[in-house]
Amino acid sequence: MPIDILMPALSPTMEEGKLAKWLKAEGDSVTAGDVIAEIETDKATMEVEAVEEGTIGKILVPEGTDAVKVNEKIAILLEEGEDASALDKASEAAAPAQSAPAGKENAEAETAAPLPAAPVSSEPADDPEIPDGTPMKSSTVREALRDAMAEEMRRDGDVFVMGEEVAEYQGAYKITQGLLAEFGDKRVIDTPITEHGFAGMGVGAAMAGLKPIVEFMTFNFAMQAIDQIINSAAKTLYMSGGQMGAPMVFRGPNGAAARVGAQHSQDFASWYASVPGLTVIQPYSAADAKGLLKAAIRNPNPVVFLENEILYGQTFEIPDMDDFILPIGKAKVERTGSDVTLVSWSIGMTYALKAADQLAEQGISAEVINLRTIRPLDIDTVIKSVKKTGRLVTVEEAYPMCSVSSEIAFQVQEKAFDYLDAPILRVTGKDVPMPYAANLEKLALPNVQEVIDAAKAVTYTA
Amino acid sequence: MAAATKSTAGSGTKSASRSRGAAKSAAPAIVEFDKDQELHAYREMLQIRRFEEKAGQLYGMGLIGGFCHLYIGQEAVVVGMQMAKVDGDQMITGYRDHGHMLAMDLDPKGVMAELTGRRGGLSKGKGGSMHMFSKEKHFYGGHGIVGAQVSLGTGLGFANKYRENGNVAMAFFGDGASNQGQVYESFNMAQLWKIPVIYVIENNKYGMGTSVERSSANTDLSQRGASFGIPGEQVDGMDVRAVMAASQKALEHCRSGKGPYILEMITYRYRGHSMSDPAKYRSKEEVQKMRTEHDPIEQVRKRVLDNGWATEDELKALDKDVRAIVAEAAEFAQTDPEPDVSELYTDILL
Ligand SMILES: Cc1ncc(C[n+]2csc(CCOP(=O)(O)OP(=O)(O)O)c2C)c(N)n1
Ligand SMILES: [Mg+2]
Repeated sequence: MPIDILMPALSPTMEEGKLAKWLKAEGDSVTAGDVIAEIETDKATMEVEAVEEGTIGKILVPEGTDAVKVNEKIAILLEEGEDASALDKASEAAAPAQSAPAGKENAEAETAAPLPAAPVSSEPADDPEIPDGTPMKSSTVREALRDAMAEEMRRDGDVFVMGEEVAEYQGAYKITQGLLAEFGDKRVIDTPITEHGFAGMGVGAAMAGLKPIVEFMTFNFAMQAIDQIINSAAKTLYMSGGQMGAPMVFRGPNGAAARVGAQHSQDFASWYASVPGLTVIQPYSAADAKGLLKAAIRNPNPVVFLENEILYGQTFEIPDMDDFILPIGKAKVERTGSDVTLVSWSIGMTYALKAADQLAEQGISAEVINLRTIRPLDIDTVIKSVKKTGRLVTVEEAYPMCSVSSEIAFQVQEKAFDYLDAPILRVTGKDVPMPYAANLEKLALPNVQEVIDAAKAVTYTA
Repeated sequence: MAAATKSTAGSGTKSASRSRGAAKSAAPAIVEFDKDQELHAYREMLQIRRFEEKAGQLYGMGLIGGFCHLYIGQEAVVVGMQMAKVDGDQMITGYRDHGHMLAMDLDPKGVMAELTGRRGGLSKGKGGSMHMFSKEKHFYGGHGIVGAQVSLGTGLGFANKYRENGNVAMAFFGDGASNQGQVYESFNMAQLWKIPVIYVIENNKYGMGTSVERSSANTDLSQRGASFGIPGEQVDGMDVRAVMAASQKALEHCRSGKGPYILEMITYRYRGHSMSDPAKYRSKEEVQKMRTEHDPIEQVRKRVLDNGWATEDELKALDKDVRAIVAEAAEFAQTDPEPDVSELYTDILL
């Protein structure tokens, strides 16, 4: 059977081109790979190579022809043993049926296809029952994080922790204290200062089925590694059609510490939270830290676990029980109220809770929600509260533009517009790089008074 | 331009080739292939070539979208390495990945259907030409970010060491990728922790339109691990026998716990960087010379015929066989339906 040579598309966008020149004439024999013609597009001149072996039987489009459409027949190739008589048969034979290419028409037809509904995320589980009589114990966030890792490492030999100074130094912020002694240097690994490299290595190990905990000394330095977190860890499950992903945790302190200036003081939650494939957690209390870090380590997806250095040393009561684990994606109502909803997470909670105390003294009842997980966002808990109070203030330390607060405000107006009695207000870090000077730094961060002012503004009691 | 810089020098004995630190180790002598090996290599390389030619054709018909990077000219690299590895050894590479998957014994139908974005593709049509994986065959992608696969591949090697499974990871990357920072971060950790990983630099002389001379201060890429003490050598990547010999040596080095190894495969890509590359940065003569004097498939073909291991007719029949497999893959890739729309939201989280 003679073979049709078609006008090729040479770029994703090419629709037609000029057949500039034939380099072979009728009767010439060609082998696969021979350049047979040159075509010109608006961008470049390209060579057309023969894909099959044979003899050029007939040239259908003479050189110099403009605007030859992609996939138009430009010549006929005779196979070995065929002569010109085959050409006639070829023209009689129906053109080979081509299934609709993923080209234009098809794409247009496709846009008409209804968009499948985004899956409704299943209702997150509630916090575990704490059995009656369970004693409470005091724990710092630091100890809670360490205990969470130790418990999970005891439970699963595939879990290991790596990062700068995590082993012999016991952690730059002493979060991995004692782990080296218990688990040895095979599972508690000091890395060189090489974030991009060790993050990528961690993702590779996770793709092979291990469960790394990659500690960044702070998330400011994870910027060096953000490509591996997003392009490799978050997207591989999708790109592999579900064959392999990255069951791992990226963790470390995030956001402002104190007096460390602009390059060491940024909250990256909204960056990671915008990426499908990532789970983003920002714990506030020791219980959050322990229960959610354990859940993150067991989670089969890449989890970005954003801690806060200022909170590390703070002490909270946590239930003293085996395997205390919290559900990812579930916010916690830390304080009930009826006049205004304050939504916060991580260190923002310290402002929100203090503000709620002071508001109560002034007769304003604030409900305080601790988000705990940023992605997936437990918007249902927020909406439920807003339907009750009609007013919402968000509190966080990050920059305001494209912040987690912006997303919450958007979703609330979308889903509970009719319940709002006032505009939603945000209390955030100021829109400036973090200054060093103590007085300026204080101004750049949110404070309790700003939360109180915002709550009064939305309750029209200012 | 010679395809091989120093391919046949030195002896293949272990003592002579044992590398001391970064000392440039002598490439092993080419191992002569027996009949079965020659015919196996021939068939494998031919299948990649025919597959890629067909992919180019389907691209020309608008059936394959986006970027499509063909492996034509470089077939001996992946086939030689495949012949040296054992079951369980992993491969990972960049976006020029079709050849690796075929060499790893993945169904050509699944690969081609991924190129056309169909549901029977290896990634259900959701990955595309640059992003394909097979857990079953230990192929870890298929990565679109230049250099990322080097750290990821080091992680695969790390997992081998952690599990003490005796396997070696092979991380393939280009001459262009060899200038990425994370490559050196990975080299350092791999040597520090004696991770079993082979860094396979496929030096095809260009990263898109930039020649190695214009991108690299030292063009001997096999020595890129020198400051970490990683042994490396240049290999004639157009000669599948040389590739296999060097790979065996490197695999043994890694498996015996000595850490990583660098193989710089001197090779050449005949086609443009991707389908839409007019390749104006090099002369036609340069390409033609490579094709006629160093073609990896022609070299084997000639030896097979000279040795009387197959006749012209038998090789023709073999070619016909391979073409049939590729045609079947192309047919499947055109008739298999696109993914169900419900797949839009699957495989994001487990
Ligand atoms: C981080 C990154 N930068 C740039 C690109 C665009 N890009 C894709 S391939 C390529 C050239 C790479 O050349 P080389 O490593 O020699 O591999 P080859 O294409 O020759 O196989 C470039 C610049 C990219 N995909 N990723
Ligand atoms: Mg290159």
